[in-house]
Amino acid sequence: MNNQGRPTAPTASHDQGIPTISGDRGLDHEEALIFELGRQGMTGVDLPDTTVVDARLAGLRRNSPVGLPGLSEPEVVRHYVRLSRMNYAIDAGLYPLGSCTMKHNPRLNEKMARLSGFADVHPLQPQQTVKGALDLIGQLMRWLTTLTGMPAVAMSPKAGAHGELCGLLTIRAALEARAEKRTRILVPSSAHGTNPATAALAGFTVDEVPAMSDGQVDADALKSKLGPDVAAIMLTNPNTCGLFERRVAEMAEYAHEAGAYFYCDGANFNAIAGRVRPGDLGIDAMHINLHKTFSTPHGGGGPGAGPVVLSAALAPFAPLPLLLNDDNGFRIVEDREFVPSGVKPFGRMCAFHGQMGMFVRALAYMLSHGADGVRQASEDAVLSANYILASLKDVMSAPFEGPCMHEALFDDSFLEGSGVTTLDFAKAMIDEGYHPMTMYFPLVVHGAMLIEPTESESKESLDRFIHVMRTMALEAKAGKRERFEGAPHLAPRRRLDETAAARKPVLRWKPKSLAEAAE
Amino acid sequence: MRYHPLTPHDRADMLAKIGARDIDALFHDVPKSAIVGRETFDLPDTQGELEVERQLSRLAATNMSAGSVPFFCGAGAYRHHVPAAVDHLIQRSEFLTSYTPYQPEIAQGTLQYLFEFQTQVALLTGMEVANASMYDGSTATAEAVLMAQRVTRRPRAVLSGGLHPHYAQTVQTVAALSGQVIQAPVTPGRAEDLAALIDDQTACVVVQSPDVFGLIRNLRPIAQAAHAKGALLIAVVTEVVSLGLLESPGAMDADIVAAEGQSIGNALNFGGPYVGLFATRDKLVRQMPGRLAGETADAEGRRGYVLTLSTREQHIRRDKATSNICTNSGLCCLAFTIHMSLLGEVGFSRLARLNHARASGLADKLAKIKGVSLVTPAFFNEFTLKLPKPAAEVADALAQRRILGGVPASRLIPHDPQMRELLIVAATETVTEEDCDAYAAALAEVLS
Repeated sequence: MNNQGRPTAPTASHDQGIPTISGDRGLDHEEALIFELGRQGMTGVDLPDTTVVDARLAGLRRNSPVGLPGLSEPEVVRHYVRLSRMNYAIDAGLYPLGSCTMKHNPRLNEKMARLSGFADVHPLQPQQTVKGALDLIGQLMRWLTTLTGMPAVAMSPKAGAHGELCGLLTIRAALEARAEKRTRILVPSSAHGTNPATAALAGFTVDEVPAMSDGQVDADALKSKLGPDVAAIMLTNPNTCGLFERRVAEMAEYAHEAGAYFYCDGANFNAIAGRVRPGDLGIDAMHINLHKTFSTPHGGGGPGAGPVVLSAALAPFAPLPLLLNDDNGFRIVEDREFVPSGVKPFGRMCAFHGQMGMFVRALAYMLSHGADGVRQASEDAVLSANYILASLKDVMSAPFEGPCMHEALFDDSFLEGSGVTTLDFAKAMIDEGYHPMTMYFPLVVHGAMLIEPTESESKESLDRFIHVMRTMALEAKAGKRERFEGAPHLAPRRRLDETAAARKPVLRWKPKSLAEAAE
Repeated sequence: MRYHPLTPHDRADMLAKIGARDIDALFHDVPKSAIVGRETFDLPDTQGELEVERQLSRLAATNMSAGSVPFFCGAGAYRHHVPAAVDHLIQRSEFLTSYTPYQPEIAQGTLQYLFEFQTQVALLTGMEVANASMYDGSTATAEAVLMAQRVTRRPRAVLSGGLHPHYAQTVQTVAALSGQVIQAPVTPGRAEDLAALIDDQTACVVVQSPDVFGLIRNLRPIAQAAHAKGALLIAVVTEVVSLGLLESPGAMDADIVAAEGQSIGNALNFGGPYVGLFATRDKLVRQMPGRLAGETADAEGRRGYVLTLSTREQHIRRDKATSNICTNSGLCCLAFTIHMSLLGEVGFSRLARLNHARASGLADKLAKIKGVSLVTPAFFNEFTLKLPKPAAEVADALAQRRILGGVPASRLIPHDPQMRELLIVAATETVTEEDCDAYAAALAEVLS
């Protein structure tokens, strides 16, 4: 007690269950929709109230309000700060989402991307005013081609799936140049969903190749499915089970013998960068998720960038724009009119030149790491995943023999008879302060749990995580279901009703009168 | 290296726990011949933050940044003032370093702003429903055409000559696989006859307004012509600020709106990352591409948000999905949402009026220069000039005088001789009276 009668030591704690008057709980604030806040006439940006005449508006002047709420700057800032606090983030804790590569996002990269010479430059300025921007893209291209051992790279794809599309359209153009009509693409059953979706979008039919009981793609089945109508094989390597495909070079040979190309999903390049060059494995095209391997932030779902490295056979068909390096330095070729002879771009993936903001971040990552640091990152990612696998496999169940690459895969057989599902187990991790691992993917094992710790965790952090996971596994197996049933209990929300959301979709806020009318 | 917390001692302990001799033992599935050493890579070693910052800053300084000169480039990317609060908020760790909100209990922040974003986009475009973003305006347009082909089960897309040529090429690249793309003639400053190109095989007509030359298009008659033949109207907007002053595409009966959202909240970034807006009618929602956030309740009955209607998407439907899109433009949506929230009804309307006033004043000024004429009679914040000299040469000469004076139409459509003398000029709220005067003086000088 101080001399004002104010207690200086904690007294008996409140019952956690007492409802608060405000509905908020300490640092946890509830927050209404922005449309339920504010008032008419208010704005958070001071702009002059200019009068304009209709003379040049073609008689199409808006005659009704948009319907936006009015808020001052402090109100908007508070709203989005409160929302941010309902999110889990890598900066706050281990984020072991397999296949997603939630590694540390260095803030230097954010700072560099915001330099006015990169951020405040227009894509269609005269080229002599953007030499530094072109040089930066050129440097990044050199890093990507050197690390992958591939001769060329298409820079414009905006994300991994967009890169896949770019790769398959390049293959399509190469086949057309050979005057061949090939319609089938072989995709393993363990593939990311984007692979078959992309193949279909690019006008191919998908033929699934089974996985073997050891998690590897069945290379013999793949060989037997090859034929004169197969355009490409589409493999992820290391694969989605966290394993390096032992027979990858052999599968490349089979594909090439059959006249098909080898597309590699490079989502897991972060396991091998600096140690293995995909070009040495017979790959013809591979996208690189700059937002995974090279740590441009995931940003709650994007933006990403998905440059595609290409073999010599495919390079001439890369899409516009092209970045060429000649006597005058780098220049961009944006139209078929000006492409060098022998080059036949299949088309254009998007407006302008690609994700420059992501390029700056990725190059800053590469320059910081250096080739030695990139190699160390891959090694530490693989080491950490194996450490987790070795530390958990006696209490959880690993479907495949280790060692693994950068992610450790478990199935749900250790939960058999416990009444606890993979979903319950994952949601209980939330109460322990962790983001769940990837679950129910890959589809080739039952109740999959895919853990990717990345190279960004200290040994202390990994040990703590292992301790929590082991204890949870032991409790589940002992039939102590309390912490699993209905978990999470301590998150901003309990489990949400996804069925109801899909049955009667509410996809936007509506003013009260409209919402009622829609009932 | 500063980003790697493991020490050599840790690594040795971990290898011991694993029971591996060394790190190579963990790569035992990799063919020996494929393992390469450090010497294989002709690339530099680790560098400190100071060195990297010095190197990249030097590179950045060689570019002529828009803010350092009088600046008038547009043609699909626009320079607007973004309030400081936007960039601060999107850099909060909880937004910047989180993944796609697949675990809604600990991702309500992302899900709620996506729901707000969808609502804002629906309101702006005058449509009933919007998704949680595409990569950019051009890919959103291509996805809209694919969606129209699915909805109508017809093959053909008719593209207006006023559609941004990069957009038209992006559409051509994907839509030609599943159908045909018909390109209407390019008619700078006036509307072409699109109705004549629509028939019973037409899935959609794609019209941009304001178009690539800046011309405001009336979508109503095109919507009518399209609907009469059972086709959809896809409206494209590359400058969303225009929607603060102009009739929305929804009010003019568009069926799908594909737009570039960069103008709100996002920097020029030399072309990316940007944010594609995608909106449509309720009845078409199940044919939409991309993610959707939806409202629901949690186990205690509290309102919350989840990703919904996922059965359209690649991770569930695989080769039957409506699109292959996975990663979208999450953080750029957030920037858009925050900037739009700051503006509100009043700010957005003022911003739009200010843009039109700036551009209108500049057009009057430049059209007075000898030999210069205004090609676009109706425009928002961008117009096209016909010059007495090739526009590319003029833009280069202006750049040498440190003025970025616009985008030559020949840069976008090099093979068409009628583009040679056309310059596309944009003026936003960031342009000052002095900038406009400097531009007029320099242009007169270059043309004399």
